[in-house]
Amino acid sequence: MTESGRRTEEVLLSVENVWLSFGGVTAIADVSFDILRGEIRAIIGPNGAGKTSMLNVINGFYHPQKGRIAFQGQPRRRMKPYDAANQGIARTFQNVALFKGMTTLDNIMTGRNLRMKRGFFWQALRHGPALEEEIAHRRYCEEIIDFLEIEHIRKAPVGSLPYGLQKRVELGRALAMEPVLLLLDEPMAGMNLEEKEDMSRFIIDVNRHFGATIALIEHDMGVVMDLANRVVVLEYGRKIADGAPEEIKRDQKVIDAYLGVAH
Amino acid sequence: MFYREAGQFKTSYAADMAIFPIRQDRIGLAIILAIAFIAIPATGNLFLLDTVMIPFLIYALATVGLNLLTGYCGLLSLGVGAFMGVGAYACYKLTTIFPGVNILIWIIASGFVSCAVGVVFGLPSLRIKGFYLVVSTLAAQFFLDWCFARITWLYNDNTSGAIEVPTAKLFGLPITGPTATPTTRYFIVLIFVVTLAWIASNLVHGRIGRMWMAVRDMDIAAELMGVRLLRAKLLAFAVSSFYAGVAGALMVFLWLGAAEPEAFNINQSFLVLFMTIIGGLGSIVGAFLGAALLHILPIGLRALPGAIGLSLGSATIEQLTFAITGALIIFFLIVEPRGLAQLWRIGKQKLRVWPFPY
Amino acid sequence: MSLLYQIFIDPFAQMIASPDLLVQTIWEGFVGGVLYALIALGFVLIFKASGVFNFAQGIMMVFAALTLVGFHEKGAPAFVALVLTIGVMYLLALGVERVILRPLVNQPEISLFMATFGLTYLLIGGGELVFGGNPKSMIASELYLPSGSIDLKMLGGTVSLQKLDIAAAVIALVMVVGLGLFFQNTRIGRALRAVADDHQAALSVGVSLNQIWVIVWFAAGVVALATGIMWGARSDVSFALQIVALKALPVLVLGGLTSIPGAIVGGLIIGVGEKLGEFYWGHIFGGGIESWLAYMIAMAFLLFRPQGLFGERIIERV
Repeated sequence: MTESGRRTEEVLLSVENVWLSFGGVTAIADVSFDILRGEIRAIIGPNGAGKTSMLNVINGFYHPQKGRIAFQGQPRRRMKPYDAANQGIARTFQNVALFKGMTTLDNIMTGRNLRMKRGFFWQALRHGPALEEEIAHRRYCEEIIDFLEIEHIRKAPVGSLPYGLQKRVELGRALAMEPVLLLLDEPMAGMNLEEKEDMSRFIIDVNRHFGATIALIEHDMGVVMDLANRVVVLEYGRKIADGAPEEIKRDQKVIDAYLGVAH
Repeated sequence: MFYREAGQFKTSYAADMAIFPIRQDRIGLAIILAIAFIAIPATGNLFLLDTVMIPFLIYALATVGLNLLTGYCGLLSLGVGAFMGVGAYACYKLTTIFPGVNILIWIIASGFVSCAVGVVFGLPSLRIKGFYLVVSTLAAQFFLDWCFARITWLYNDNTSGAIEVPTAKLFGLPITGPTATPTTRYFIVLIFVVTLAWIASNLVHGRIGRMWMAVRDMDIAAELMGVRLLRAKLLAFAVSSFYAGVAGALMVFLWLGAAEPEAFNINQSFLVLFMTIIGGLGSIVGAFLGAALLHILPIGLRALPGAIGLSLGSATIEQLTFAITGALIIFFLIVEPRGLAQLWRIGKQKLRVWPFPY
Repeated sequence: MSLLYQIFIDPFAQMIASPDLLVQTIWEGFVGGVLYALIALGFVLIFKASGVFNFAQGIMMVFAALTLVGFHEKGAPAFVALVLTIGVMYLLALGVERVILRPLVNQPEISLFMATFGLTYLLIGGGELVFGGNPKSMIASELYLPSGSIDLKMLGGTVSLQKLDIAAAVIALVMVVGLGLFFQNTRIGRALRAVADDHQAALSVGVSLNQIWVIVWFAAGVVALATGIMWGARSDVSFALQIVALKALPVLVLGGLTSIPGAIVGGLIIGVGEKLGEFYWGHIFGGGIESWLAYMIAMAFLLFRPQGLFGERIIERV
């Protein structure tokens, strides 16, 4: 029943005593946890617990006032989003953040931007090295399109796609970055059962075949139980539990704060 | 029926990613180029060349530049006129200080000067967005306006403040100045514009265009994907100002033959911006369509009363043109906010299924 | 070295040497600032209520002034002409709502912004057709606006305050306070603020968008008329005046697009700053720096506070 990710014992990301506030509001208070390479780590908790803020901190979009974050052994405090992307951290967003003016294919190709090296001069010429580079990256994107089964919409403007497909395209765009760590912010929000099963299958395949470590914010406990190796539970910016899904399910603090009656 | 793609299968990514993948489009482009390079000069109609085609091409070039900045990268700018002026004055100074160098080289060089100025005034764009950025570009416009009028070095201390174009030659043929024929000038402008439009098209279909559109659509997501916002925006300012600078140099050297400081004021910026919007933001073809409409329409309007026997004062015609332009802008925004380019696309779409309705 | 002296020492020395001149300059700047603030007020009104940045505010000012003078020339007594002009501004608001705002209601802001560009050109062309392009003089005396000046002997010299300017400042103050109270305390004011926040939400609680827009554009039109009268009384009314409206943009940058007090404070800062800058520093650069100084001041502010002095801090949520 449990299809957990394949994981190692090597710590990929460690979050240590991180504090984050905006003005008078404390979003994250003294949170510490780690993510092991290869695992699927779920972050759960009630709304406003600081889950998205935590992802934003990992991305380098917010900078914690206190605390330390180390990625692949390298510590960093004031990392820029550009550096996070360069080091192999990709993500999807709670409200689909696709580039609405472009097609599916173009959106996914933007994920390859960091790896496209041909300079301005060749781009201005296009024919020649720049075009070869485009085609090479197009090949890679087509593999992702094939994997996510979205061939039929590759030239559609993403604004015209239904919500579930948009989420899939966003996943494809993140995958195009060949991430080491993939942050997924509520990837199943607003989906029906069938779509959730598809998305779960994609996430597991991403973990197994693309080799990406995954940190996942999710509200559907069934999904969390099935997919995650380990779970972190946040409430009001504090960590209240950390461990395997079975333990979390039975933890009284978690039940009181979030789950309600034990599943 | 003749615009079908049936039978045109793409068997390689290269073919699929070509800029004109449909064969009929390529034929159409070839026809347009043939008209431009052969048919129009062959008519020998100097009015057509000098008053219609040359300025149309120059404005189209400036509009392509502004479209890169505003349409593809989403940075609204009201400073185009000033950057065109920078190009014009730079070319003038360069050619008067070093008259021995080929004027074409100086035209390109003045594009780079305008590019540098554009980058400087684009620096605020990292901190400021949207409407506030317009104010920054207006600062550029008014400041540079002031420079054109007050810095006498720019116009070689000419008492009237105007600059006059010296004669320059290419292969022994005069291409600027009073002795250059409209046909020669037309060809030079045409070559510049076609080349630069081709380059712009290449840019927007590749990673740079995607990067700009990502910044336009959702800059936070773009940043989190590794796009360096400041560099992307400054690149947009740089390229756009380059195009504006070349357009300005062409305007003074190959069309007007002279310039006063007022030639590059805020009204010029508005005109090019309208061309961009009406033509369609985010479309190179649209830039040409918008420039055509907003340049040729007033000419037509001015000629119309005479043609149908109405006599109106020239001031009245100017005012009518203003009013009709304004009404047109509103009309287009209501009917098709994505501009003439979208109407063109829809037209082609209908053509594909013709003679069936859908 | 002498340039540094000219920039950093000399102007202040001059200020201290003739303080009456300083006060005079500050007063001139204050008056200019009040008028900028009024134009900015028109922008803020429309933006607050419909989210549209009305580029045509400047031309509305000129148009209103020309209409007033035009009615008077046709023989209407001054106050009748005033009432008629207010009627015309109401018709204009109705027209704008019907022809421009309603069809474009769901379009992105930039389209609406561009539509006001179109409106500007339409009003310029149409206005010139109807009224002719020649500058006209404002019927200030017929409207019982005071003329002459009050001369104050102070600080070793004379400071001369035009009565007209004082009247302008008072009228502007009354309008601002009135509008501010209106927005805060009345039912319609609340509805206006709701519409500014979210069109669809406002619709869902029963606010009639179309009515609100007409009201707001009419209010902006009345503000434009008042501003046009004031400006026109100081210098003639002509279409060149609409460029002045562009000066309101730095004011909006400083004050934020949605704040009425911000428009006032911003206007005064820009007005005074511009006048002082031109008078004491302008000659170093050859004069005429008024044309761009306001923008540079605004840009300097923007770099430190991107949302302006009073604007709302935009926190980007991902």
